[in-house]
Amino acid sequence: MCVGYTGLSAETVQIQGFNGDTIEAYYATPPGDGPFPGVVVIHHMPGWDEWTCEVVRKLAHHGYRAISPHLYSRAGIGDADDMAAKVRAMGGVSDEQAMGDIEAGARYLRAQTGSNDKVGCVGFCSGGRHAYLAAALVPGLDAAVDCWGGGVIVTDPAHLSPQRPVAPIEYTDRIGCPLLGIFGNEDRNPTAEQVNETEAALKRDGKTYEFYRYDGAGHGFFATDRAGYRPEQAVEAWGKVWAFYDRYLR
Amino acid sequence: MCTNITIRTDVEGSAKGAQGWFRVDTAHVSFDHPFHAPFDHTLNIDLVNERDAATPRVALELSPVAARALAVNILRALEEGAAEAGIELEPAMAAEGAN
Repeated sequence: MCVGYTGLSAETVQIQGFNGDTIEAYYATPPGDGPFPGVVVIHHMPGWDEWTCEVVRKLAHHGYRAISPHLYSRAGIGDADDMAAKVRAMGGVSDEQAMGDIEAGARYLRAQTGSNDKVGCVGFCSGGRHAYLAAALVPGLDAAVDCWGGGVIVTDPAHLSPQRPVAPIEYTDRIGCPLLGIFGNEDRNPTAEQVNETEAALKRDGKTYEFYRYDGAGHGFFATDRAGYRPEQAVEAWGKVWAFYDRYLR
Repeated sequence: MCTNITIRTDVEGSAKGAQGWFRVDTAHVSFDHPFHAPFDHTLNIDLVNERDAATPRVALELSPVAARALAVNILRALEEGAAEAGIELEPAMAAEGAN
């Protein structure tokens, strides 16, 4: 017997994103009237892919309403991978636009009947970087989970761009919600040293945070369809995510 | 890791996609997580016609080892073929820059 909300429902919805633009988003909810907390799922740079949608459904299975805004919706009509390729060729989406779309996802979750009015976020890879930014820049978030977000620390100014003009670490003092960080010690972006540096900044600024580091794991070790999947570490780290959300979103 | 490494190259030629042959004018080469290939990172090539946004891309996601082997063999075939055909190749053009 599978433990959880096995009768969940999921669909693609339209939401009003940054600048009032209509964008698509993948939404899943457990059955019943709630009250349910919500989580915004932030996809990684390759786009709004199948694994991202699986994470949305996984959250619903665990009793959270979840939504993943398609951050590349403005790239036209087509398959998500083709839209990601267009955005990649343009240098990515701007942080400002991504924050607006994440805020829109949070707004959508809170507007649903049965919301408990608490909303968190979780992001993976570039989405982890977005989660760190959102913890500081998206008003009203109740919890944020950064899974191996790279580029939080920028040492080479050449890595800043019009789309990403400020290193997220610079916004640490503005973080307004508890932050959970999940990292693999064999990752090269962020490196273990960069994770330590980020933690030091959070500690310096008196933020509420939890960081967990896993030996034998590199980047993206939750991804079940990739060679870097590490089941033992992933199962344990998902447990940290559930405990964190239970504490701050329920 | 999401790398932000994307290098654009002007190209001349044609590619065949789901809707048949079309002219291509641009290649984007990137190194990042793939969408489909079962690897953590891949060398990705997108051949597109930027003058006609409605044209679908032709895409490749190759393992790093495969991409390097392909690059070596592209140059090998090109140099051998050009020599046989008496075509003088201009020095390799530097990438126009990463986005």
